[in-house]
Amino acid sequence: MSAAPFFALRDVRKTFGGLVAVNGLSFEIAAGSIVAMIGPNGAGKSTVFNLITGIYQPTAGEIVLDGRTIAGVRTDRVTALGIARTFQNIRLFAFMSALENVMTGRNARMHASLFDSLAHTPRQRGEERAVRERARELLRFVELERNAEDDARNLPYGSQRRLEIARALASDPKLLLLDEPAAGMNPREKESLVGLIARIRASGVTVFLIEHDMNLVMNVSERIAVLDHGEKIAEGRPAAIRSDPRVIEAYLGRPETPR
Amino acid sequence: MSLGRKRIALALLGVVLLAYPYLDRNNAHVDFLANAGAFILLALGLNIVVGFAGLLDLGYAAFFAIGSYSYAMLASQQFGIHIPFWVMLFVASAIAAIFGILLGAPTLRLRGDYLAIVTLGFGEIVPQTFLNLSQYTNGPNGIISLDQPSLFGRSFGFSSATPYYYVLLALIVIGVLVARNLQDSRLGREWAAIREDELAARHMGIDTTVAKLSAFAIGASFSGLAGVAYAAKLSLVSPDQFQFNVSVLVLSMLVLGGMGSIAGAIVGSFVLSFVNSFLLPQSTTLVHAIGLTNVDFTNYRYMIYGFILVLMMLFRPGGLIPSRRRSAELRVALVDPKLAAQEAEEYEGGPR
Repeated sequence: MSAAPFFALRDVRKTFGGLVAVNGLSFEIAAGSIVAMIGPNGAGKSTVFNLITGIYQPTAGEIVLDGRTIAGVRTDRVTALGIARTFQNIRLFAFMSALENVMTGRNARMHASLFDSLAHTPRQRGEERAVRERARELLRFVELERNAEDDARNLPYGSQRRLEIARALASDPKLLLLDEPAAGMNPREKESLVGLIARIRASGVTVFLIEHDMNLVMNVSERIAVLDHGEKIAEGRPAAIRSDPRVIEAYLGRPETPR
Repeated sequence: MSLGRKRIALALLGVVLLAYPYLDRNNAHVDFLANAGAFILLALGLNIVVGFAGLLDLGYAAFFAIGSYSYAMLASQQFGIHIPFWVMLFVASAIAAIFGILLGAPTLRLRGDYLAIVTLGFGEIVPQTFLNLSQYTNGPNGIISLDQPSLFGRSFGFSSATPYYYVLLALIVIGVLVARNLQDSRLGREWAAIREDELAARHMGIDTTVAKLSAFAIGASFSGLAGVAYAAKLSLVSPDQFQFNVSVLVLSMLVLGGMGSIAGAIVGSFVLSFVNSFLLPQSTTLVHAIGLTNVDFTNYRYMIYGFILVLMMLFRPGGLIPSRRRSAELRVALVDPKLAAQEAEEYEGGPR
């Protein structure tokens, strides 16, 4: 991963007024891998995702995807460049059907112009058909094909998380950001999520996830970065992270020093 | 209703509408329908902005004014320019669309009440401008004796509203087709996504600037068409035709019919036009006939609209012909405090 990394954060810093949310974070992701970012609440993990997708602009530093710097690029363009995400607090289009949600996710790859939409040109009809078909495929992929016509808000929680993943995949991302995908899932759902993440990677998508469930993180990821107070305090393979004293300290606190 | 039956019902309605001026020889009725047609067109346009894209516009009458004044200035003795009516339909809707973009652009970052306030301001500025640019617009006197449209060499004239009736009918048919196509398309989905969650919409690769400005432009172009037809029919324009109450009236038509519903926009504006131009004057005549000569229901117009809207909100909040999705949104906002709180939170702070 030395020459040109698939994805890299370089000395990324983000401050909100006096608060340093992310401080000099550097981090690389190899194409086709599954990488996790963990850390206590408030460590700045979601801020990192928001920096990557252009919700925030980094105060300093670079974000590079496929040799192209994307820091400060508008959110919709980031999506077009090949980064899709899910949200910690699910942000589906609650009043659209599951199918429409996924079709909307395809928007970045659509070509219909205003005139096409207005006049329903043959080109537009063909594209709509193809998008609908692709959305059905993705619903099958996340095992929600039977809920295609249900409104997103009426789906059970775990299904909503999977639907959000399908919606993100609809933009054919190179890099998929999952923000706490297992939050609120029961053990069975988590197990199927592990399988889903593996299948996503097998389809050629690189996965970068934030997750609190250590079992899941250790299970799926090849590398883990640990964030605390906006700084990376450790990075490495799951086994090494598990036993890293700094990580244990960040999570559990410093053992009391004997007097 | 099955699709086949719906087709038959629509075809019947079409035949009746086409034949109406020959079935009902009362010109006052046709005149009423033509006027109602202009408001239906306005409601269809506003429905795209408010109903589809969820951008609350309280100054929509401004575009109606711009359409009307475009015709008045470019097809009258005012400057000696006489662009034909049919060409002006295109020209004025393009002008209105451009103003839709110009007035929409500053509001892009605003939502909900803030957007409403700014559009309200624009709605006041535009007629005010036409009033004060008196060297071009004759100020409060307005512009009179606008060109009469003609078709195949025959002028529409003033004796009958029938030609205008057909023009508006045709414009409404086009408007309905355009609105329906848009709703069921990439752009329609973009609008729905922005309405529900703008931040998530951006993550779908939606350029929210372009999508919102498209809504403003298309919505305004409808009222440009309505403005031309209405101005030509009256053969005059004056600034007081485009006051705030026109914006409110059109919005009330949408609320009554069902926000986001094309059929609702038509029914809502027809019903309010009917109440306005028929029910109130007729019932006034009626009570005058039984001796109550100091009662004039037309003076209570806005009180009666208000009463109708309150009743609607209580008993049928989705409107007469609700859009399935919009009425679900409304229901949840009314009964689900958790979701409403989440909405409010996002409204305050954007992304967290």
